[in-house]
Formats: sequence, structure tokens, C-alpha cells
Amino acid sequence: MSATGLGASVKRKEDIRFITGKGRYVDDINRPGQAHAYFLRSPHAHATIDKIDASAALASPGVAAVFTGQDIADDKLGGLICGWMIHSKDGSPMKAGAHPVLAQGKVRYVGDHVAVVIADTLSQARDAAEKIVVDYGVLPAVADPAKAVGGPNIHDAAPDNTVYNWHLGDKAATDAAFASAAHVTKLDLVNNRLIPNPMEPRAAVGDYDSGTDTITLYTTSQNPHVARLVLSAFIGLAPEHKFRVIAPDVGGGFGSKIFIYAEETVCAWAARKIDRPVKWTSDRTEAFLSDAHGRDHVTHAEVALDAAGKVTGLRVHTIANMGAYLSTFASSVPTYLYATLLSGQYNIPAIYAEVDAVYTTTAPVDAYRGAGRPEASFVVERLIEMAARETGRDPAEFRRQNFITQFPHQTPVIMAYDIGNFAGALDKALEHADYKGLPARKAASAAKGKLRGAGFSAFIEACGIAPSAAVGSLGAGVGLWESAEVRVNPIGTVEILTGSHSHGQSHETTFAQLVSERLGISIDNVSIVHGDTDKVQMGMGTYGSRSGAVGMSAISKALDKIEAKAKKVAGHVLEAAESDIEFKDGKFTVKGTDKAIDFASVALQAYVAHKFNGQELEPGLKESAFWDPTNFTFPAGVHICEVEIDPDTGIVTVERYTAVDDFGKLINPMVVHGQVHGGIAQGIGQALMEGAKYDEDGQLVTASYMDYTMPRADSLPSFTVDTIETACPSNPLGIKGCGEAGAIASPPAVINAITDALGHEDIAMPATPVAVWRAAQKRPRLAAE
Amino acid sequence: MHAFEYAAPASVADAAAALANEDAKVLAGGQTLLPTMKQRLAAPSVLVDLRKIDGLSGISREGDALVIGAMTRHADVAASKVVQDAIPGLAALAALIGDPAVRHRGTIGGSLANNDPAADYPAAALALGATIVTNKREIAAGDFFKGLFETALEDGEIITKVKFPLPEKSAYEKFRNPASRYAMVGVFVAKTKAGVRVAVTGAGSSGVFRHAAMEAALAGNFSPAAIAGVKTDASGLLSDLHGDADYRAHLVGVMARRAVEAAA
Repeated sequence: MSATGLGASVKRKEDIRFITGKGRYVDDINRPGQAHAYFLRSPHAHATIDKIDASAALASPGVAAVFTGQDIADDKLGGLICGWMIHSKDGSPMKAGAHPVLAQGKVRYVGDHVAVVIADTLSQARDAAEKIVVDYGVLPAVADPAKAVGGPNIHDAAPDNTVYNWHLGDKAATDAAFASAAHVTKLDLVNNRLIPNPMEPRAAVGDYDSGTDTITLYTTSQNPHVARLVLSAFIGLAPEHKFRVIAPDVGGGFGSKIFIYAEETVCAWAARKIDRPVKWTSDRTEAFLSDAHGRDHVTHAEVALDAAGKVTGLRVHTIANMGAYLSTFASSVPTYLYATLLSGQYNIPAIYAEVDAVYTTTAPVDAYRGAGRPEASFVVERLIEMAARETGRDPAEFRRQNFITQFPHQTPVIMAYDIGNFAGALDKALEHADYKGLPARKAASAAKGKLRGAGFSAFIEACGIAPSAAVGSLGAGVGLWESAEVRVNPIGTVEILTGSHSHGQSHETTFAQLVSERLGISIDNVSIVHGDTDKVQMGMGTYGSRSGAVGMSAISKALDKIEAKAKKVAGHVLEAAESDIEFKDGKFTVKGTDKAIDFASVALQAYVAHKFNGQELEPGLKESAFWDPTNFTFPAGVHICEVEIDPDTGIVTVERYTAVDDFGKLINPMVVHGQVHGGIAQGIGQALMEGAKYDEDGQLVTASYMDYTMPRADSLPSFTVDTIETACPSNPLGIKGCGEAGAIASPPAVINAITDALGHEDIAMPATPVAVWRAAQKRPRLAAE
Repeated sequence: MHAFEYAAPASVADAAAALANEDAKVLAGGQTLLPTMKQRLAAPSVLVDLRKIDGLSGISREGDALVIGAMTRHADVAASKVVQDAIPGLAALAALIGDPAVRHRGTIGGSLANNDPAADYPAAALALGATIVTNKREIAAGDFFKGLFETALEDGEIITKVKFPLPEKSAYEKFRNPASRYAMVGVFVAKTKAGVRVAVTGAGSSGVFRHAAMEAALAGNFSPAAIAGVKTDASGLLSDLHGDADYRAHLVGVMARRAVEAAA
């Protein structure tokens, strides 16, 4: 391992730029003559729009234009799409209501887009928006997914507010397992609704060049090529060759910046319409109201055990809240990203899951860090912990008894796990967490009047979200490969063009480490180019922990081609047969001789092209590749959380948190640990603090940081983070992915710890102080009390 | 934010004159007012900035009282050796307000004049029997707080300083709102020559209030045990997403016991 190659904890190249304030985000971009957009949003959760009078707004100072849904319709611009088709049990396609860019005749959640005002300044746009008179016919709201069926109808296309009734697995076999079970554990749970809260809010600048009839859209996107594809092919904004999308530095996304939203669509469209650049930057309130939210499941789940403690069946029914419209990938989250992981790390012969997706008068719900997989691990790991407790078994040993140990393993819910070492992670986690010392620590807490408990989470996830043909067969509208181009310059420096997008993932460092390892050059001689459809031809972007496993594999494949070509050039320069050339540590040598040439010199020779016949060997050194994986990847691990509860206040303190994960081969352990830390923080946030709440009228009660609780540094202990390694067989680098693991693993670990401390299972997420205080009233008393 | 005029007078008298404009507002530290204006929930015609007026900030010991200028920032109160020696509970309270940015902008006068039901300083002022000094008069803390965001201040009246009689013992315990970290329940207890006072902030639906039953119980026996059985009536307490009135009533007891323990 070199100092900057694979496996080295290289400090992040991009951080100097970021911490000295030199990052360049969308809001930093200003174009000559730029106007500012302000969106008039619905104050009602559900209402007809009977009339819009914008005359006073149009006459306001500085106003260039006011547009409504009618203007969009007049221009024949299409609606926003959902790119994953799900079929119901009866074979019928999902029932998706129209998703207009600006509301047409009806609003369906607080924050829905009624009109846009474009003016010289944002203040002028806002002032003018206050003068727009909208006559609303207010309709009843429904925010709770469990009340959606039978509630006020939100879309004509979806009777009973039902998008689909989907299922997966073998119902008869599962029912049979339950019929013969020695013990059944049952659980009703809510997976709480979350608001993504990336540090940088969404933003867009549309810029139209009337000379070339070309639109450039700067946008906070995790996948600019997909944004261009959707806006071009489906919404009909402009053909792809007349439309450039740039996602520069992006300050976090957690999924919420995958999707194609109304605001960037309007900025790009309006820029052409008024022939002026149009800019919009979300304020934090708009982010709370209109970024796609995450989770929001209501679930009943059961697990069946035989007398020996072997899990024999799992049965799940989930109602998934889609919000008011189907966001870009919303339909896939509670189906193929959720129910396919319900086998967890366990050998479960029969599984049956039913999912009802419903519309409500709330912001759209879509993928959020983990996307379906945290919901699955919460169901599985809460059930497994409870089953162990109910049958008097140690939760660690009960898990071990049911672990899958033979690979590959075909689960009853589509996934074929390729490799893993679940017991290895468990053993290491038990040691790090000092599980043996738990009883003594519980006694010490009890002596102080405090309640202590520990909880496990043995999670598994499916990442990469590919092969393309496989996801296509499940309803995906796109392939989920990745592309790469390696451009070697004549002096031997390298530019990597990637379809992955870095918005916190450290690609500028980790991707350069791969090049450094392979070509034997310094990471300082490598630059990573991404996020611009004019520079990178095509790509699928970053989400689903796929940039390492899929994006880097594409780079690896292109580097294979670079190496093969460079060997040919080296053979000519060294006057040896290509088959006699060896490449190692950045040097080409002729086998068995001391004749050698370094990589940079070969690069120069490739472009000078004096030493070979240009008709037989093309000059230059530039290669590209597309990589389509052979399987999903399956990161897995065991997390153990230990909490102490103050029963007087209900405050839960996370005392210890241990994570032992198997991410396959690590590129940069420091970056991996950082990803795990961030994910755990978000998961602890979900378990203890975060929760979007709508009231009966559909108003978002938690629309600011005054009421929406985010995890903070002082809410968290120092984590113990370690890894084990089984190399992933489905990509050349052995990578599984690590971006979402922490957020997937931690919520059940925290809740299992709290319920252990309380001595009963009756606590929901978020386990806020008031909720825990109430739950603590119902607990068995301490001896000291 | 809507457009507004800005005035930066050099004297309290000029500031009072500027406040004669309709919808004029005093700008002290701006930690509540400016965010409210940005959200367009407040639209004053004139902001009268007190920062250019000499003599409105500073901390001094004057006989048996601690005197804090109205424009003194929370961070300065928290860090002041004079405050820490005279009324350690007050210095500790100031250190719990908001975050570092808020503490370096927000002022004691601004906090008292705003009388947010979840603010910290009202509890200290009420429990310590402070005197609020204005450009017109002196107002006892007990007469100053008049309900949610309401005070005895009249139009054009500006707080200039706050006088705290030195207590024998005092302490503040705060249960923070998990999201905002404002006081969900804050209890300031003070044992003074005038007796024991217990003031509760964050919980009351009419703002800060004194807890008579606890004061009576502590008068003869200043110990946590003395108030262990004292109940707090939940009617009249706030209920919200983060805690209903019953929970707040329970927390008043917990925080009061912890404050007495910290002070004793």
C-alpha cells in the first residue's frame, strides 16, 4: 500500500477549498442581468384554486414576470415524473396523479407551488408575491398515512388515495410457517417522517443563450445527467444537445437532491421565456416545506419461531406515505428498496410483505439516506430483539443462531447475498462494546437512580442498485451503471471524468487514490471532473452508496484500458514486444532487463507519436468505460448502542456506541469512518429527536429548527467504529459501499437499548424526553425506588 | 424583510424621541427582532439602535447590589468575575442562553423587554427581586412582567440597567427544549434577606411566575427534601409538541429540587 493508494487514510484534498470558503456552490453563481424568482406557495394543505389575480404583482416595481400553472400548460411543458413503475398485486400499474410544475386548479400540500414571481431583486419578487390574490376553496386535509384510505380524495387518478397495493414473497408458505410456530412476536411501529436538512439548501440558476438557443441550468443535484434526461426527454424543456446541466459544489443531499423539482424546472424554463438568467435559492423554511421528506411508514410485523429458537417466517404489512405527489423515485423506496431486505442477516425460509402506498396532503416523500433499507432494518431488528427477549434468549446469541453462514444465499425476497461474515462482526462488536461488563454498568446506573440498557442492530443493506437489467425488470425507468473517462495529459497528469457526483463523499480524494494506486502517480497529479453534462458525457449520479462500488469500478475499467494502451506505447519506446512489458509502481519495464520508462514519459510519447506507426496504433492516451455490476452489493454489520435514561426527566444519553461494519475493501478508512459517523448521527437523530409533524389541517408544525430537533455534537458520544472485510465479488475493487450504513443500522440499536433499559417495548420514535418519561412511568421499578 | 428606517442616536433622550415614530422599535442585540423581521412577521417603521449610546453596558458592584447595564451581552455576564462572585447562579444562567453567537449579540435589557415566555433572564430577575431601571423610573421585577411578551414598559420607555440585590444563595436549573434549546422549564431559586423566592420560566402560559407553594416549603427548610412533595398545578402551563402541561408541571419539581441542591 502506497501513502496515497488504496487503503490509505489520505486527508481530503477538497477540504482546503471548503474550509477556506472557496467552495463554489450554486448560490455563489451569478449571471449578468440575472433576475430572482420567488415562489408563491400554498398556505393550505388541500384546496381548489378558483382564481389567481396577479395584476397588482405584475405592476410592482422591478417585476419582470409572474407565471402560473396556466403559463406552463400553455407552453406544453410536461409534469414532473416518477421514474419507477410499480404494479399492484392484481397486476395493475400504479395510479399516479398528475404532478404539475406549478399547480393547476388545485393545491395538495402546504408549500405547493402556486405561482412564481420574477423580479430584479428577491425583495421585489417577495413584495410583489404578497400582492397576488388567490381565491382558494379549502378542502379537508389528511396527513396521517393510516387515515389516507377513506380520507378526502387528493387525485382523481387514485381512488381511495391508493397508489398501489404491492406485495412480495410467498404468502402461503409464510402463513404455514406461522401456523406451526412455537412462538410469534408481533410489533406495531411507525417509522417517523424525517426532513433531510442538508447544510446547503436547494438552489437553481437558469441561463439562456439566445444566440445558440441553449439553456444552462446550475442546480444542486446529486445526478445532473439524470436531471437533464428527465427535463429534456420527459418534461420537454429542451433537447439534450441544447441543454447543459451543471451541479457544482453541493453541500450535502442525503437523497433530497436526487429528485427533479419544480423550482429548477421553472428557473430553466423562465430564463428562456424572459431571456434573462433566473435564480432561486431556497430559504430554510422552504426547505422544510418542499424538500422531499423521508420514511413515514406505519407497519405491523410478525416473526415466527420454532421451539428451538429458529426463525421460520416473517410477515409484514406497511402503509407508506407518498405525500401529495409521487416524487422522482418515490415508488421504489417502500417496495424494492424495502421489502427485499426483510430477511436481514437471517436464514428465514418464508417471508411475505404487503405494502400499500398512499397519497396524503403532505410534502412528497422519497429516498432519504438509506431509502427503504432503514425502514426494513428497523422492522427486522426490533422484531428479532423482541423475539429474543420474549423467549428468554440472549439477543446476541439468538442472532448468531439465525445468521446466514453459507454464501451465496438466496433469500425469499429477491436478493442473493454474495458474501458476508455476520458472526465475525458480532464477535468484534461484543468485544469493543464490553458486552460482558453490561450487567455491572447497569447496576452502577441503577444505584444512581438511572436506567441503563443495551441494544443490538445486525443490519444488511443492498447497495449499488444494479445490474441495470435486473432493476429494469423490477420497474426502474433507467439503467444504474456508471461511466468514466480517463484523460491522460502529455505530461502524465490525469483527469478523471465521472458520472458520480460528490456532495460530501470525498470523491476528489478517494477516486484520485485509485488512480494513484493504479498508475503510480501522486494524487496531486489527478483531478476529478464531475457534475457538468458538457464535460462528462453521461452518468447516473450518486445515491444508494453506489459511487465506490459502481462509479469507481467504471474508473477501474477505464484504467485497465489506459494500462493496455500505455503498454503498447511503452513497447515501441523500449523496442520490445508488448507482451514483454510489465507495469508496476508507475514504471514500464522490459521483462528480465533494466530497460524502463516511467508513466509520464509514456504519456508524452503517446501524444508525440514519433515512436510508433500512427496507422497501427492511435496516438493519444484517453479511454472511457461504462460499468454495469453483476449484482447488488451487501454491506452489513453489527452495531451496539448503550444508553442511560434519567427517569425523572426522560432524557436519554447515548453512553456508548459501537459499530463493526463489513464494507468490503476500503479505499480510505478515514473517509469511511467519517461516513459511518455521519450516518450514526442521523440515525440517532431519527431515534431520539427528529420527526416531521403535520396537524389536522395539514400544517407542518415542525417547519423550523425551533421545533424540528436535529442531532448536535453534544447529543452524541465518541463512537467506536471498526470494520471487518469480505471482499465484494461483484466488482473489480471488492467495494460494498458505506454511505448509508450508519443511518440504516442505528435507529433499531438505539430503540432496542431504550426498551432494554425500560423493561418494556412500548416506545416509538422519536424517543423524546416527554415520550421516554411517560414510558418510564410504566416500567418495572428499580430495587432502590 | 420589509424596508425600514434606521436611527442610531447617541443619547437615551434622543432614542426616546426617535421612538415617538409610529411602529418604531428598539434594536438592542437583535437576536429576536431581526429574525422576526426577516420572516416578515414584524415590520417596524424605524429601528432605534441603542448601540451608539455610551453608558448602557457594563457590570459593577454597588453596595449590596449587582448592577448590569441594559446593553450588556450575555457572554459578558457569563464571563464576568464580578457576577460569578456576586451571584454565581446568574452567571451560570447567562452561559446557558442560546448559542455562542446569540450570547455575543443578545443583551439583558433586550431579553427582559421582550419577555419571551421561554427566556431565561425573567426567572432570575423575578427570583432575585431585581429592579428594572428605565429612562423614566424604577420598576420592581414583580411589577414588570405582565404576560406573554408583555411588560410594564410604556411607549418610549427604555431599560437602562438592572439592579440585582445580592442573595445568600441562588441557582438556576434549565430543562432545554430539545429543538430550540430555549427553556422548556427553567427554575431560578434564591435565598435572600427578603426570603426564599422560586421563579419559573418556560412553563407558564402567561410567562414567568413565582411558585408560592415551593417558596413556603423552602422558607423554613432550604433543601430539596422540603419540596419533594410539592405539586405544581398543570393548569395554566404550556402544552406543545415537546411536552404537555403535565410533563412541564413534573419538570418544575425536578428542576426546582436540582436548583435547591445546586444552591445549598
